[in-house]
Amino acid sequence: MSTVQFTLNGQSVEAPAGKSIFNIAKELGIAIPHLCHKEGLAPDGNCRACVVEVAGERTLAPSCCRSATPGMQVQTNSERAVKSQKMVLEMLLADLPEQGHKWLDDRAEAPHGELSQWAEHHGVQLRPALADLRRETVPADLSHPAMAVNLGACIQCNRCERACRDLQVNDVIGLAFRGAHTQVVFDLADPMGGSSCVGCGECVQACPTGALMPKSHMGPQKVDREVDSVCPFCGVGCLVTYQVKDEKIISVKGREGPANEGRLCVKGRFGMDYIHSPDRITKPLIRKTGVAKDVALLEGHTDWREVFREATWEEALERATQPLNTLRQQHGPKSLAGFGSAKGSNEEAYLFQKLVRTGFGSNNVDHCTRLCHASSVAALLEGVGSGAVSNPVRDVEHSDLIIVIGSNPTANHPVAATWMKNAAQRGTRIVLADPRITDIGQRHTWRNLQFKADTDVALLNAMLHVIVTENLCDETFLRERADNVAELKAHVQDFTPEVMSEVCGVPADTIREVARAYATAQAAMILWGMGVSQHVHGTDNVRCLIALASITGQIGRPGTGLHPLRGQNNVQGASDAGLIPMMYPNYQRVTDKSAHDWFEKFWDTKLDDQPGYTVVEIMHKALAPDSDPHKVRGMYIMGENPAMSDPDLNHARHALASLQHLVVQDIFLTETAWLADVVLPASAWPEKTGTVSNTDRTVQMGRQAVQPPGDAKPDLWIIQQMAQRMGLNWAYAGEHEGVAEVYEEMRQAMAPAIGGIDWARLNAGSVTYPCVSADDPGQPIVFHDHFPTADGRVRLMTASLIPANEQPDAEYPMVLITGRQLEHWHTGSMTRRATVLDALEPAATASMCSADLARLGLQAGQQVRIASRRGEVQLQLRCDDGTPQGAVFMPFAYVEAAANELTNAALDPFGKIPEFKYCAVRVSALQPS
Amino acid sequence: MANATHIGLDQVRQQLRQPRSQLKGRQATGEARAEVRALIGEPPTNGHRRDLLIEHLHALNDHFHGLFERHIVALATEMRLSVVEVFEVASFYHHFEILKDDQAAPRITVRVCDSLSCSLAGSDSLLRQLQNDLQNNGSGVKVVPVPCLGRCEQAPAAQVGQWAVAHATVEGVTQRVAQNQTAPNALPDAIGMDAYLQAGGYQLAKQVASGEREAESVIQILESSGLRGLGGAGFPAGRKWRIVRSQRGPRLMAVNIDEGEPGTFKDRTCLEADPHRFLEGVLIAASVVGCEAVYIYLRDEYHEARVLLTQALAQLQANAPCALPRIELRRGAGAYICGEESAMIESIEGKRGEPRLRPPYIAEVGLFGRPTLEHNFETLYWIRELLEQGADSFASHGRHGRQGLRRFSVSGRVKQPGVKLAPAGITLRELVDEYCGGMAEGHTLYAYLPGGASGGILPERLADVPLDFDTLQPHGCFIGSAAVMVLGQRDSAREAALNVMRFFAHESCGQCTPCRVGTDKAAQLMSAEVWDADTLQDLAQVMGDASICGLGQAAPNPIRCVLQYFPHEVGAA
Repeated sequence: MSTVQFTLNGQSVEAPAGKSIFNIAKELGIAIPHLCHKEGLAPDGNCRACVVEVAGERTLAPSCCRSATPGMQVQTNSERAVKSQKMVLEMLLADLPEQGHKWLDDRAEAPHGELSQWAEHHGVQLRPALADLRRETVPADLSHPAMAVNLGACIQCNRCERACRDLQVNDVIGLAFRGAHTQVVFDLADPMGGSSCVGCGECVQACPTGALMPKSHMGPQKVDREVDSVCPFCGVGCLVTYQVKDEKIISVKGREGPANEGRLCVKGRFGMDYIHSPDRITKPLIRKTGVAKDVALLEGHTDWREVFREATWEEALERATQPLNTLRQQHGPKSLAGFGSAKGSNEEAYLFQKLVRTGFGSNNVDHCTRLCHASSVAALLEGVGSGAVSNPVRDVEHSDLIIVIGSNPTANHPVAATWMKNAAQRGTRIVLADPRITDIGQRHTWRNLQFKADTDVALLNAMLHVIVTENLCDETFLRERADNVAELKAHVQDFTPEVMSEVCGVPADTIREVARAYATAQAAMILWGMGVSQHVHGTDNVRCLIALASITGQIGRPGTGLHPLRGQNNVQGASDAGLIPMMYPNYQRVTDKSAHDWFEKFWDTKLDDQPGYTVVEIMHKALAPDSDPHKVRGMYIMGENPAMSDPDLNHARHALASLQHLVVQDIFLTETAWLADVVLPASAWPEKTGTVSNTDRTVQMGRQAVQPPGDAKPDLWIIQQMAQRMGLNWAYAGEHEGVAEVYEEMRQAMAPAIGGIDWARLNAGSVTYPCVSADDPGQPIVFHDHFPTADGRVRLMTASLIPANEQPDAEYPMVLITGRQLEHWHTGSMTRRATVLDALEPAATASMCSADLARLGLQAGQQVRIASRRGEVQLQLRCDDGTPQGAVFMPFAYVEAAANELTNAALDPFGKIPEFKYCAVRVSALQPS
Repeated sequence: MANATHIGLDQVRQQLRQPRSQLKGRQATGEARAEVRALIGEPPTNGHRRDLLIEHLHALNDHFHGLFERHIVALATEMRLSVVEVFEVASFYHHFEILKDDQAAPRITVRVCDSLSCSLAGSDSLLRQLQNDLQNNGSGVKVVPVPCLGRCEQAPAAQVGQWAVAHATVEGVTQRVAQNQTAPNALPDAIGMDAYLQAGGYQLAKQVASGEREAESVIQILESSGLRGLGGAGFPAGRKWRIVRSQRGPRLMAVNIDEGEPGTFKDRTCLEADPHRFLEGVLIAASVVGCEAVYIYLRDEYHEARVLLTQALAQLQANAPCALPRIELRRGAGAYICGEESAMIESIEGKRGEPRLRPPYIAEVGLFGRPTLEHNFETLYWIRELLEQGADSFASHGRHGRQGLRRFSVSGRVKQPGVKLAPAGITLRELVDEYCGGMAEGHTLYAYLPGGASGGILPERLADVPLDFDTLQPHGCFIGSAAVMVLGQRDSAREAALNVMRFFAHESCGQCTPCRVGTDKAAQLMSAEVWDADTLQDLAQVMGDASICGLGQAAPNPIRCVLQYFPHEVGAA
C-alpha cells in the first residue's frame, strides 16, 4: 500500500494513502471532536465538528472525509480550526433541551451523550444570546414499545439514517424537509410505532445525543457490568453485549462479530427480558397425584398449582430418573427417548446425546433439526458429504447473483438479510424464489419467481433444463468433480420451461432468464430456508439445488455455494454434537462399525448400533400399541416444545400425554411441560456459559451475565445430575459446571471439525470450522477442490414431481403455509414473554392477499376460523399482498391459535421432516364483517 | 433518578395489543397505484428509473395540485422505493405541496416574490393584500411568498399557477385568478429553428461533429478568450473542458439553468430570446468533451422557458444537424441550492439537493458517478459567438484593465433595469449611468449588491470599483452571477441584509451545522434593533470557514458588510 508524507500539527507523519486525517490523528492520540462520524458508518462530514485547517485552502476541511495528500500541512488545533469546532458544538447545544436522555455516566449535567462529551472536551459554554434562540421543543414520540424518539435532542447528524439505510437497509428513517426544519422522519413523518420500522434499534445504537434511545435505558447510562455473549435467537449468531444493572439485563448492544459486525434485530436487541419474566419456573415441579394429563389443559388458563406442586431438587431428580430406570429395565432401552434442544449449547447437546446413548441405551435422541433442515441435511450428506453450509452468508458480498429460495430472510434471519441487501445495493442481483413475495422481494430483488406452493422441483428442474440444453454447464467441473452427470442431464430433458411453467406458474421466459443469469454469473450463491425443506419432497428440492450449483460450477469459490439458513441459534452445533438419532458427534453414522467401535471405546460403554427414531416417529411410537417392542413410554425433553412445534398437534399432544413418564426441563411451563410428570427449572441463555455454532459454522462463546432465578439451575448441571442418577459416572470439573471439560471431550470426538479450536481460543474469539489445528485460521469456505464424499466428488441426484401429501379440494380449498414472523421465535415461549416483542405482535394473525379477501368477502382485521382435517383455530385476518392467491399464511408461535393444530404430519421419506409448508384448509368468517 | 420521558412498557403494550390488520407501515392502495400508473406508466421490465423520481413527483403535483400521501406511498411502491425515499425528496422541494389524504388541494397557487428587488418594489403589501383578498374565501386559492422568481427587472413579480405576472398588481393578479389563467405565457418573439438555421446556426456544431473543426482548436479559442464560467464561480471554461475531456469515459454533461441567485435573470432572458444558440453551445461542448448524454436542469419557476426549450429540443431532434447526444430536460422544483453544481447533480439523480463534499470534484466523479462537464447556461450561450468572432474579439472588450464582456442583471432603484451586456470591469456608477439611464426618479445611490444575495453589500463610496471576477474580494464581496441590485437613499442596507439572510435560511439545504443553524440564528439576531456583533461575527466565521458549500460560505457576507460599511444602521460602533 502506498503511503503519504504530510505534516500534522507541525509533526511529520507518514500514513497510508486514502486514510482520513481523522483516523490518522486518532491513531496518534490526537482527539478531534466529531458527531456525525461513527466507525462502521460511511463518513458523511455534515456536522463539521471535526474541521481542520489545511494550509493553502480557503476553507476548513472535515477531517473525517479528507485524506492526506503528500506535503499537506494540517492543523487540528489551530486557533481558526478550534474556533469553528467550538462554534459547531455551541450552535448544536443552543438548540438542545436542558434535560437530556443520554447522560454521561450518571451526570444529569452532561445530558447529551457525545455532544456533552465534546463540549466538555473543548470547554464550550453556551452563551445566553444563543440559548435564547433555542428552537421550539418537539414533543416526544413514544409510540414504539422499545424506543423513545426525542427529536428535541436531535442534531441532524443522520447517523440514524445511515444506520437504518446503509447498514440495515430497512429504509425507514430519512431526513425530510430542509434548512432549520430538516427533521428525522419515519416513513411519511409517521409516529415510529406506526411506521414500517422493524425495531432493529440500529438507529438507537447509532444516535450520539439520545434523541433515539431504548426506553429501558434512558438518562443515566452507567451500568454495573457489561457481559459479552452471543444472541440466543436465530442461527445467524450475532454477538451481543449485555448491559447489566441491579442483576437485570437492561439493554443489549450489538458487538463486532463475524456474522453481524455490531448489527442486531428486534429480537436480539429488545427481546431479552423474557429471562426476567414472572412466568419463569423457579422451583422443581412434580405433578400432583391424580391430576390427569389432559390435553385440554393447554387450551384454558389453568393455575399451575392445580397441576403441580413444588419440590426440592433432590426429590425432583429422584422422581425424574427413577421411573426412567424402571421403564428401561422393564421394556428395554427403546422404551425411552430424549429430545435435546437446538437452543442450548454445544456442551449441553453433547452431554444430552451422550446421556441418551450411554444412559438410556439407545439412539432415540433427536431435536428440532428434524423439523427444519432434516431434508436439507439428508440431501447434502448424500450429495456433497456434509450437512453444513459451503459458504457463509456474508459471502454474498462476493456474489453477483444470489438465489434466495423458500426463505423470508428479513423476518427469520434479519441480520443475514442485511448482508444480502447490502450486496444488492452494490449491484448483486437477488432472485427471490418463493410462493410468498416477502419483504426482500418488495424492493431489493432483481427478479421474483413466485412459483405455486409445492412446485419447487418443477421450477428447479426447468432451470436445470435450460442450463443443460443451452450448454451453460461448467463441463470442466462436471468432468472433474461430479458423478451421475449423464443421468441428471437426461432426466431434465423433459422439464422444459414451457411445460413446467404450467405447473409452477412462473413464465417460461423468466425461468430461462434467471437460469441463464445464474449459470453465467461470475459467482452465484443459493440460500434457502424451510420453504424448501418442509415438504414431503424437501430432500428432492435440495437435490435440485445441489444439482444447480454443481452443473454450473457455482460451488467451492468465494460468493458461490449452498447455504441452508439454519433456524435455531445452535441447530448447527446441536446436530454436529450428535443430537440426532442416526449419527454420533460429527455425523458419524451409528451403523458405521468403526465409528460405533470408536465411541464404545471413547465412552467406555456398549452402544446401540441401530439408528434411533426421529421426532415425529417418536410421537407415533408413543401412541404405539403395547405389543410394539419399540413403544416409547418414557421421555426426557430438554428445552423443546413438541406440543407446539410438531405437526398435527392434536396427535402430538395426545402422544405426549400418553407417556408413562415425561420429564421436561425448561425455563417456562411450556405446552409440553404441562403434560410432564416432573418439570425441572432450567437456565436461560444469558444465565449460563457455553458455546454455540451458527449457520456459518462459526463457534462462538456465550457467557453468563446474570444468575438464574430462584432455584433454577444451569442445564449442564441438570443433565449431569440426571446422568448420575441413571448410573453414569461422569466427572466434569471446573467453573460453570465443567463446561470447558465437556467441550474438550467433545473436541476429541469431533477432531476433523473442531480439533484446532480449544476452549481458550474460543474464549478469545469466534472461530469457523473446519479448523483442524491451532494454527488453522478456520475455513469459512469449503469444497475448494474436493467434496467430503467417499470418492471426493459431488453425487448428482434426479428429482421428479411429487405432489404435496394433501391437496386442496372443495371442502378445504385453500393452502396453508406456516412459518415465522420477525418478532416471534419458534413456538413463542420466549418471545411472547418478551415485553417489546409481545407488544409489537400481540396476537395470532393469518395473512391473505387482497384479491382473495375480496373474492371470499372477507376483510382485513376480521376474525376468522381456519380449519383443516385435523383441527381448527380462530384468529384475525391480515392483508398481505405478498401471499399468493389461494393460500393463507400463519405463524406458528401462538398457542391460542396454534397453526400446527392444522398442519399435516406427512413426512419426507429421506429427511423425515413433516410437511409444514402445505396442507389444505378452509377459511370462514367468524362473525359477519 | 427517574427519566422524564420514561414510559411504562405495560402502558404501551396495552395501546398496541390490537394486532395489525396489515403489514407494518403504510400500504399502497390499488386505487392510488392505478392513479399513479396513469401518470407515470407501467413499470418497465427493469423497473422505473430512480433518477426520474422528481419528474414523477411533478407529474403528480401538477395533476392533483399537490402530493397526496396516498400517492407518495403508491409512487414508492411503483418505483420499488421505500416511502421515506420519496418523502424526503418531495419534502425538500418547495414546489411540492404535500397534502394529507383528507386535505383539499389548492385550486390555484399564487406565488409572490419576496426577494430584495421585488421587496423594494412593494411586494410585501402586494402579498398581504392578495392573501387578504384571495385566500380563505373558499375559492381554493393559495397565496404564498416565494424567493426570487428571476424577474427582478419586472418587480414586483408574481405567478398565477404557471403564468408569470410582470409588474404585478393586486388587480392584475386577481383578474388572472378570476379567469383561471394558469398556463405559461407564450413567447412568440423567440428565434425559432428555421430562423436560427437561416442565420447560419448549427454550422459550427456540424463542423465540430464532423471533425472539420478540431476539438483542440475549439478549446484553444476558449482558453485564449478568457471565458470563465458565468454561473458565479468563474472557473475558466477552456480548462474545464480539457480536464473533463481527459477523464475516462463515459462522460456526461450537465447544464445549469437553475438561475436562482436573487437578482439574476440573464439566463432566462437569453433563453427566451434565442434557445438554439444555447443548444448549439451544448452540442459543441458535448462533442468536444465527448459527453454521451446531456442533462439540462431548468429551474421550475421558468415555465415559459421550459415550454420553449421543450419545443426547441423537439425541433432539434426532428432535424438534427449532426449526431446528437442523448439530451434530457429536467425540472427543478423550487430549491435555490440546486444551482450549486453538486446539489444540481444530486437533484438530477432524483435526490434531495444536498451539495456533495469535494474532493472528489465533479469533473472526475459527477453525475451518476461519471466524469461530468457542468456549465452554466450563459457560458454555453457564448460559444457560437466566440468561435465565430474569435477569441480576440471577446477579449478586446473590457474596462479598467479587465477583459471581456459580461451580462449584468440590473435591478432595484435604477431607471431602466434589465440585462445589460457591458464590458467586464465596468464600475457600478458607470453601469447605472451608461446602461440603466441613471438612478430611478427620486432615488440617489446609497448602496449596491454586486453579486446577488451572496456577493455582499457595498456602500456608494465604493461605486467606482471595477466589477469583475476577483476585483471585489478585497472589499469582502464578489460578483458571482453579476446580479446587481441597487439601493437608494431611502433603502436600508440592514433590511437588505436581513432579506438575504432570511433567504439563505429559507434555502439552506440543512445538511451542515454551520449553515443550517447559522443562517437561522443569524436571521433572528439580525432582526434585533441593535446587533449582537460578537455573536454574529462568530457565526459568520464558522459559516464562512466550515460550511460544506458556497451557500453557507457566502451567507455571512451581508453580515460582515453591514458591520463594516453600515455600522450606523445596526447600532454597532
